[in-house]
Amino acid sequence: MKKLINDADAVVDEALAGMASAHADLIRVIEPNVVVRADAPRQGKVGLISGGGSGHEPMHGGFVGLGMLDAACAGAVFTSPVPDQMLAATKAVDGGAGVLHIVKNYTGDIMNFELAAELAQAEGIEVTSVVIADDVAVQDSLYTAGRRGVGGTVLAEKIVGAAAEEGQDLAAVTALCQRVQDNVRSMGMALTSCTVPAAGKPTFEIGDDEMEIGVGIHGEPGRERRTLGSADEITEALLMPILDDLPFGSGDRVLAFVNGMGGTPLIELYVVYNKVAQMCADRGVTIERNLVGSYITSLEMAGCSITLLKLDDEMTRLWDAPVLTAALRRGV
Amino acid sequence: MSTFDAAAMRRFVETFADRLHERREELTQLDSAIGDADHGINMDRGFSAVRGKLDELAVDDLGAFAKGIGMTLISTVGGASGPLYGTFFLRLATAFGDSTAASPDELGQALRAGLDGVRMRGKAELDDKTMVDAMAPAVDAYDGASGGGLGAALGAAATAAAIGRERVTPLVARKGRASYLGERAAGHPDPGATSTTILFESLRDAVAAS
Repeated sequence: MKKLINDADAVVDEALAGMASAHADLIRVIEPNVVVRADAPRQGKVGLISGGGSGHEPMHGGFVGLGMLDAACAGAVFTSPVPDQMLAATKAVDGGAGVLHIVKNYTGDIMNFELAAELAQAEGIEVTSVVIADDVAVQDSLYTAGRRGVGGTVLAEKIVGAAAEEGQDLAAVTALCQRVQDNVRSMGMALTSCTVPAAGKPTFEIGDDEMEIGVGIHGEPGRERRTLGSADEITEALLMPILDDLPFGSGDRVLAFVNGMGGTPLIELYVVYNKVAQMCADRGVTIERNLVGSYITSLEMAGCSITLLKLDDEMTRLWDAPVLTAALRRGV
Repeated sequence: MSTFDAAAMRRFVETFADRLHERREELTQLDSAIGDADHGINMDRGFSAVRGKLDELAVDDLGAFAKGIGMTLISTVGGASGPLYGTFFLRLATAFGDSTAASPDELGQALRAGLDGVRMRGKAELDDKTMVDAMAPAVDAYDGASGGGLGAALGAAATAAAIGRERVTPLVARKGRASYLGERAAGHPDPGATSTTILFESLRDAVAAS
């Protein structure tokens, strides 16, 4: 294992301390490992919280700030945070207008957030939750834990964050988040594995001439292991199942998000985006907005994911609203 | 022993914590085959934390004792096991109330409340291949045998838990990360059903040793 770390067990703590010191104007870090917006709580504003295992940076801590999240709970690498963290976050950001929890669909995350919501409600704070489950690589049926929450989470946090910032109430913000979830689909792939610091060895073995299509953001197995293809072939393998799932069709306006998994350079992400743009145009789908970069990662895994969100006028307007966070900032 | 009191609860928790520690690698191995390879690590971390706080947690009031265990587990285990085992002990706490000695029937009612809590939290049913497949038959067997006293009821419960775990080993998982594996999960024992079996065996042995 070759990593820029001091101590495998201290990676999360030290990274959060670094974030706090780099972005003291935007955030503060409170115990137990919660990134909180510097000016929280904002009276009368709905609080927006997310969280999950660490190792997906900049998600979620990098999205705390004006126009996005009010707090983010950082678990151990790839392990859900515990309810104490979400409870502390909820209390820290509650400005009297209630708090929305944005939860990615993993069994542990769901249960820990659910418990935290019950504890917060017992203390008199109104809490709602929306579960993001946008990964089309996983079959959604009664016989699985359901689709995993992946790239759609980033888009939900931005759009819903803007709605909370402009003063929409808890019911409206919650309904909007559900609308984003209902209209977003993603799929990812890996060229290489990642190594969890505490484990010290790669999560999975993969040959020099192989790729994993449909990989999860923790290196979980995907749909299939294939012989490595060109960027265009890979883009097709990811985008076709996404287009066919919702489905996205002629006349639809979308936000296209090409995301790096942590170890893939931007130049390759633009090669992928080029093909995404062609394929959408061929289908009559208009890319009205886009995002290209590494925003939801799996440590140093090489690979990418593609996310499409079917936009409506309100979502587009909120996507364009000002945002000022460590990882995403424009319009301010 | 005709009733279940704080001393028995303490021995039960100590026994369970010791066995989880001894079998940490085995549980993690089971989990790495069909899940995310942390069940033994997480359970050992949580019950070591409980063990370390026992002098503070072990009050005579059974409800307060069980609540302290549940809260500690929820704060330290993480993943799905923390909320599930935490909820189990919190439901025991509510059922015990401020009682200092539970009769066999009262312990049975508390165990059933714990099972209901786990089902509610995990939304798992029988045959989903989870800890419920060990816990539900254990609680049923307890009720069936509680006329014979605490020892007989807990003996029946532990046996039923182990049988339940074996029964679902050939099945495909329908909850948790193992559910992503489909047919590949069949034939592997479920880690959660295994730790729940250890729980009922620890309860049986702790009470038998009193």
